[in-house]
Formats: sequence, structure tokens, C-alpha cells
Amino acid sequence: MTATLRIAEGHSPAPKSEVGHSVQVKDLDLQFGAVKVLNDLNLDIGEGEFLVLLGPSGCGKSTLLNCIAGLLEPTDGQIWIKGQNVTWKEPNERGIGMVFQSYALYPQMTVEGNLSFGLKNARMPKDEIRRRVARAAEILQIEPLLQRKPGALSGGQRQRVAIGRALVRDVDVFLFDEPLSNLDAKLRADLRVEIKRLHQQLRNTMIYVTHDQVEAMTLADRIAIMKGGVIMQLGTPDEIYNRPQSLYVADFIGSPSMNFITGHLEGGTFKAGGMSGGVVLPMEGYRFATPQVGDRPAVIGIRPEHVITGELVASAPVTHEVTVELVEPMGSDTLVWAQVAGERFRIRMDGQARVAPGDRLPIGIDPSRASLFDKKTEDRL
Amino acid sequence: MAEFSTNPATLGASRMDDGPRGPRPRRVLSSTNIMLYGTLIIVALYYLLPLYVMIVTSLKDMTEIRMGNVFSPPVEVTFQPWVKAWAEACTGVNCDGLSRGFWNSVRILIPSVLLSITIALISGYTLSKWKFKGSEIFFAILIVGAFIPYQVMLYPIVILLRDSGIGISNAINTVWLPVCETFGGECRRVRVQLFGSLSGLVIVHSIFGMPILTLLFRNYFASIPEELFKAARVDGAGFWGILFRIMLPMSLPILVVAIILQVTGIWNDFLFGVVYTRAEAYPMTVQLNNIVNSVQGIKEYNVNMAATLLTGLVPLTIYFVSGKLFVRGIAAGAVKG
Amino acid sequence: MTTLDAIEAPGEQRARRPIRPFHNIWPKIALTPMIATALVVFLGGTIWTVVYSFTSSGLLPRTDWVGFAQYQRLWSTPKWNIAIRNLAFFGVFSLSFTLVIGFTLAALLDRKIRGEAVFRTIFLYPFALSFIVTGLVWQWILNPEFGVQGIVRSMGWTSFNFDPLHNPDIVMLGILIAGLWQGTGLIMVIMLAGLRGIDEDIWKAARVDGIPTWKTYVVVIIPMMRPVFVTAIVLISSGIIKLYDLVVAQTSGGPGISSEVPATYVMTAMFGGQNLGQGFAASTMMLLFVAAILVPWALLEFGGRKRG
Repeated sequence: MTATLRIAEGHSPAPKSEVGHSVQVKDLDLQFGAVKVLNDLNLDIGEGEFLVLLGPSGCGKSTLLNCIAGLLEPTDGQIWIKGQNVTWKEPNERGIGMVFQSYALYPQMTVEGNLSFGLKNARMPKDEIRRRVARAAEILQIEPLLQRKPGALSGGQRQRVAIGRALVRDVDVFLFDEPLSNLDAKLRADLRVEIKRLHQQLRNTMIYVTHDQVEAMTLADRIAIMKGGVIMQLGTPDEIYNRPQSLYVADFIGSPSMNFITGHLEGGTFKAGGMSGGVVLPMEGYRFATPQVGDRPAVIGIRPEHVITGELVASAPVTHEVTVELVEPMGSDTLVWAQVAGERFRIRMDGQARVAPGDRLPIGIDPSRASLFDKKTEDRL
Repeated sequence: MAEFSTNPATLGASRMDDGPRGPRPRRVLSSTNIMLYGTLIIVALYYLLPLYVMIVTSLKDMTEIRMGNVFSPPVEVTFQPWVKAWAEACTGVNCDGLSRGFWNSVRILIPSVLLSITIALISGYTLSKWKFKGSEIFFAILIVGAFIPYQVMLYPIVILLRDSGIGISNAINTVWLPVCETFGGECRRVRVQLFGSLSGLVIVHSIFGMPILTLLFRNYFASIPEELFKAARVDGAGFWGILFRIMLPMSLPILVVAIILQVTGIWNDFLFGVVYTRAEAYPMTVQLNNIVNSVQGIKEYNVNMAATLLTGLVPLTIYFVSGKLFVRGIAAGAVKG
Repeated sequence: MTTLDAIEAPGEQRARRPIRPFHNIWPKIALTPMIATALVVFLGGTIWTVVYSFTSSGLLPRTDWVGFAQYQRLWSTPKWNIAIRNLAFFGVFSLSFTLVIGFTLAALLDRKIRGEAVFRTIFLYPFALSFIVTGLVWQWILNPEFGVQGIVRSMGWTSFNFDPLHNPDIVMLGILIAGLWQGTGLIMVIMLAGLRGIDEDIWKAARVDGIPTWKTYVVVIIPMMRPVFVTAIVLISSGIIKLYDLVVAQTSGGPGISSEVPATYVMTAMFGGQNLGQGFAASTMMLLFVAAILVPWALLEFGGRKRG
């Protein structure tokens, strides 16, 4: 908990826009019976920001989104949107639009009916409704579909209509609840780009829940990694990827995931392994989180794609030699499995590299790109 | 390794040998099939027998009935028994046939079906999408109540209907009589009677239809995705808006099932008809029983069977027309009924 | 916005969410009829009847407490004892025959039969009829002169005797025949749904293992259908206890009192004999019978689920 707060204060960049906060979550608690789903959660989202809530299933990310939408009542705490306390407001009074995973289109209404239902409920003049539906349809290129029923649409088309339903509301905050999870891989990539384009065009605040790290990394201004109802780290995709604040985040982000070697930090040098195959890494150039870091058991994390191979090994700060155990060619690149200091170690090489099990492979490591964690607290050093 | 390699000798042999090939031949008249269909046809005939007996008996005249047996087909077809059953058969002093009971049943049926389905629809919707603390407990009591023998609750309901009838009358009169008197004219006390009247029976049918119908609607609405409900709330629809604009248009299939369930159930009811109405308001089943089982006069079996068939005609028509939906209805009812 | 000043003073106080009692009032209003029915009619009515079964109520309900006197009188009345015996006979045979016939028909229909829909429609149609209709048809078919007995005699077996509705010894058999005719279709439908719910691969596995069809049913399928059988048994049993219309239509409890059942006993006591106390006591006994079926079932169904 303290870690979360420290991170939120110390490392997150100031919200992009100086106009102010768009959505604020204050001390939010949610309990279902004895189960705490959200625990004293705080979050500030800047105006026009694209924030992604990322985490494994059951981490509370969708629950948090439902609380912001007003679909779930918090046990304690407040939700503020645009400087107004909306904790007691009905969902439609909060100035939000929401896109659901299963599209949640009204099956008996046409696309046009789906888009205009919310506006009719708000007793908006007919002309205005027509204007807004036309604009949303144009932006999303669904004009030819307006008179169709949802049943006659493809998955991608349905999701566009669902986004359109949020769009016509002309609201400041868009909420996305895993909107692309029901689509196949190719369509997902297409719509991902479209959502990004939409954000660039509209500059609304968007809060986006997903368990897909590619979506998170590509879309987000900031990512909040959640676990057990708590935000583990809040930061830009770059920070999350390069400077994970905890072992959990480091392990969660990246595919294939980070290599971890357990050892000791002694006088600014990381040492692991025994007589054979041990590594010694002088942590020169590594940016420690605090100036004075004493000796202690530690875990070093090295991303497979940060391991240097080929001709560049000679110029690497630290070099090592491993025996190739297994090779997974993946086309664009090749994943090589080996062992370092007695632990499994993955190396990402160019797709053209020719290696075979049993080969001796020289590798280079740059400690400045590694991540060092306290073994006990699992926090970044 | 060598043993696993294809042996040219065996390979060649199987190709040349004219062994089994293509689909295995099947005999249509295998002994299993004869047994299977034979049993089914015999059982089916047994199930159809009473329907056949009703039809042939109702088309014979009494002399023919006395000469033959229940199964013999009519030599000379007559519709006289049907006419008599509908318009002339006697119960006690009334001799205007089953038609009176038919129309009573219709008058009971329509408001009962409407009221019971409306209440259950709203309750089921609330229980599935707007749960509040304790709502499930009341529903549990209701479902347990469905298993209690009706006899246990018959008399308390008699008292309930009588007293609330009196209560409502008094409430109306305390307001109505003074108002009426200030404007002069002849003022009669309003008398609302729930026990022994059609409206009382309508209430009783709504009460006893409630557990199964509420369960039916609750489960149906629960199967509608939660996200649709959330989307409607974001769109600003409230309790009634979501019900009428989103849920109701989607619930046509379950409405049909509920209507089938209630129409057949209420039409076939005998017990509540006997207890909660008077002779002139008896539903068709009660009147049928009175006609057939009346002790006076000679037994006119053809008229009796015509009357019986007439009473069974409404549910039978619904059954044969609705087919699968009826099965769905009773299967839903059967799960907890 | 009275809460607006809260922005100006951040941090110090924890954000709180007060309680709103009148929040979302419509659901509560909408559920009132159901709650009233559950509490007043089902719960209240049942308690009322049980309480008044300990009084000497005759023509009208009275609060004149007599302890278990009504129950003592009930169990010493021959008519009630006959009713219980009839219910036991009807119950045992109705339950076992309905299960066997219902399952057999379902299993036959499950053998990928041509015209399955036709057979299913025929087996189920009696269920759509009123018990009164069923009772009256079978009363006519069992008519001694023109019905089954008459036909067999006219074929030459003149000493043949089968007149259940006028023979006190076998009158319940006549009612059982009609009851089975009406009720088996429903159980067949339930069993068929259960059979259809069984994984197709089970049948494939049994075929690969070379288990004969009938044995697959007995050893594999029926044990897998345990929940379906439990549902069917609960359903049939609660139907048995409710048995009333059929008796009224076929025999009116006769000949004499030989086909009385608990439900007919209650009805005569309450609305015919002006003997409310007996009616209340008898209906309370019926409630106990239901409880005797439901409580073990509920414990099996819901108690077991929590543990597993």
C-alpha cells in the first residue's frame, strides 16, 4: 500500500492537460460481503488522458470501472468527475459513455435506435438527436448500417455501434470495459488503431480496461497495473516497461516475460550462482531508486530482448557464455532458452540467427537496462 | 523399427481381397427395430384410446351405445349430443348446458391470466435485475410455499377475501356516502364482494400462479446479459424504462410460455372453482363434473362424453398448436412446481 | 452543489458515503404484491391453519384450545385411516410405475426414432387435460356394462370381473390407471431432457468398450441422471399428495368411503361437514407429509452442495 502511494506521488507524470482533473477516485472501498474487491483506492486522471487499467482477471479493474460508471455502489469513498462529486449520481447523470465487452446492443432496436436511445431518454430535441447520430455514424463509418438490427451485424460492426452509442452522448469521459476481447486477432488490431485515432481526434478522457498488454502499451498515456484491488504501479508505458517498480509488475509486463536471477547485491555489484556458471554484474550505469542502497539479497531482472548477441557482445559492459538448450523460431525473431546461474534464461535473437541446441553462445548484458529488486520486499532498488 | 514399416504383402492382400467395403449394410426390419417401433406404437395406441373413446361415444345416439361397447365406431353419426351438452344439459335447476360454464371460465381466465402474468413479470424482473437486501428471502418463502398443499391455505384465504371485501366496502362507503348525500339522490351502500365472486377467484389464481411464473420470469431475465442492463442505465433508463423499452420487447417467447402455462392451468382448475365461487359462477370443469356425476335422471353417456370433450377442447387446442412451447412451459414448471 | 467545498479541503478527511434509505424505491414497491403473498398468504395462512388445528372450531373458527384432540380424533376416524391407506397404495404404485414407464418411454424415444415428435405429442397430450376430464373418460372406459369388462365378457369369457370403480377392494386401481395415463407423459419429457443432456461421448465410450445398450442405461446413464430422478420424484410425490380432482370425478370417494384420500377428507370436513377443526388438523397432516418429502430432498440438494 505505501508503495502504491509513493509511486502515485513520486513517479507518475503530471496529467497532460493543466486544465484539471477529469476523473478522481478517492479512498474507494468496495466489499462484497467479507470480500474486499477494491481497497482504499486513489486515482487521478487528467483531462484528455487515455488511462488503461491493466491486470489479470479478478484484480478489480472492471469493478473499478463499474464504480466510476455508477453501476456499482462503493462501500466507501468518492468518485469525482469534472470537479463534481458524482458518488450518488445515476450513471446517465455522470457525463460518461460506456462500451462493453459483449457490445450490449439492444437487440430489438435498429442501429439508429441503439444510438439514439440514451438521447431520447434525456428528452433531447429530435433535430439534435439526428445531427449527433449522423456525426457518430460518419466518424465510425457505419452510415450504411443505421437501419439494420444488431443481429445482422458482424462482430466488428457491432463494436463500432457500441462505441457510437458512447460517442453520441457527447460526453467528456469514455469508459471501455474490455471492448475488443470478443473479437478475433486481426479485427482486434484494426479496431485498436481506430480507438487510438478516435482519441487523437476527440481528445476525450478515456478509461480503458483490458488484460491484453499489447492494447495497454499501444493505447495508453498512462497504465495502472492492478492486483488484488490495489494499483501496483501507475505510469507511462515506457516507465512500466523499462522501470517496473516491483517484481510483480516486471513479471506481468513483457512477452516473453523477464528473466529473473536471484543473488546478492554487494557493494554495488550483483553476484549470483556458485563456482560454475555464476554471474558477476557490476551495476555501473544503473539508476538506483534511492541513492544509498546497502548490501542485501536481491533479484535482477533482464528482458530477453535486452540481452546482447552477435557482434555487439564484444562492446557490452558484461559478457557471459551460455549453452543453448532449446530454440523456438517465431519468424520475426527467435527465442533461445539457456541457463544462467542455474536459472532459466531466455534470449531473444534475430529471426535470421542460426543456432542449434548444444551451441555455445556468447551474450552481453547492459546493467543500466536491467531492473534490480529487493528479494524480501520485491520493490525496485 | 523394421516391424512397423508397411508390409507390402498384407497391403496388397487387403486391396485385392473382396472384404467389407463402404458402409455396413443395415436391415430396416431388424429385430431391434421391430421391438422398438412395435412397443412405441402399442403404447401410443393406448394413450390415444381415451381420446378415441370420447370422440366415438359423443357421435353415437343412446340406442347405439346400449347395443355396442365403448370402442365400437358409430354406425350413424349424430351431433345431437354435442348440441345438448352445450345448450341443454342440466345441473340441478339450470338446464342451459355447459355454455354457461364455458363463458364463466372465459370470464375467469382473461383477467386471471393478465393479472397473474403482470405481477409475476414485474416481480421476476425486480428479482433478477434490481435485487435489494431481503428480496431473495421473500422469493425463497414464495417458492417453498408452492409445495404446500392448497388445502392448508384454503380457509385462511376464504377469511382474507371476505374480510378484505368488507374492508374495501367500508373504506369506499365512508368516502362515497357523504359525497353522494350532499348531492342528494338515492344513495346505496357500495358492496364489494371478493369471496364467492369472480374477482375473488381471479385473485386466488394470481396468488397460486405466482411462484412458478415469478420463477419463470426471474430465470429468463437473469439470462439476459448484465451488460445490456448496464448500458441502458448509462443511457438514462430507469426501473420502468428498462422494463418496458428493453426487457419487455425481448420477452415475447417467455410471455407465450407463461400464457400457455396459465391458460391451461386456470382452465383445468377444479378445486379453487369449487371453493371460491357460487353455483351461478362455476367454471366449466366444475359444471362438467356436476353434469356428468349428477345422480338424477338416466345417464346419457353420449352427452357426457361430448361435454367432457368440449371442456378438454381448449387446452387440447393450445397443446397441439403450441407444441414445443407447451413442453418448454411445463418443463420450466416441472423444475420447481 | 453543497459538497463543492470538499474539493478545496483535500486530503485531511476521508471521503465518506452516507446512507440513503429512500434510494431506489421502485423495486421495493414493485415487489410488494409478491412479498405480501409470500408473507400473508403462504407463511401467514399456513401458520393460521396449523394454529387453529389445536382448537375445537366447528362451523366457524374459534380460539378454544383443545390441544391434540383434533389429531386424536382424526387418527381414530376410519375414514381418515382409509384415506391414508389409499394414499399409501396410490403413492407407492404411482411413483414406481410413473418412473419406470416415463424412463422407458424416454429411453425408447432417445434411440434416434423416426417420428419422435409424433410419439412425444401423443404421450404428453393427456397432461394438457383437466383431471376432471381424465377422470370422466376413464369412468366411462371402465364402465362395467359397455367398457372393458363388458367387452371381455362379450368375447366369451363371461365370468371376467373387472369393475374397479364399483369394487371397494380395487377402486384405487381404477384411479391409478387414470392417474398414470395422465401423468407419465410429463415424466417422460423430463427424463428425455435428462437423457439429451448426457454427453454424447459417454455413448461412444460405451460402444468402444462393447457395453450392451441396456447395460449402458442401467450402469452408466441412470446413475448419471440422479438429479433428474430426484426432481421427478419430488414432482410426482407432491402431485400424489394433492390428488383430489381425479377422485372426485371418478368416484366421489366411493363406493362408500373406500376411495377417500386426505384431500377429499379435508374438503368434506371444511366445506361439507362444518367441522373446521378436523379439516385444519387433516390439512396440517398433509403439510407434514410434504415436509417429510421436501426436507430430506432439500438437505440432499442444498446441504450437500455446500460441502462439495
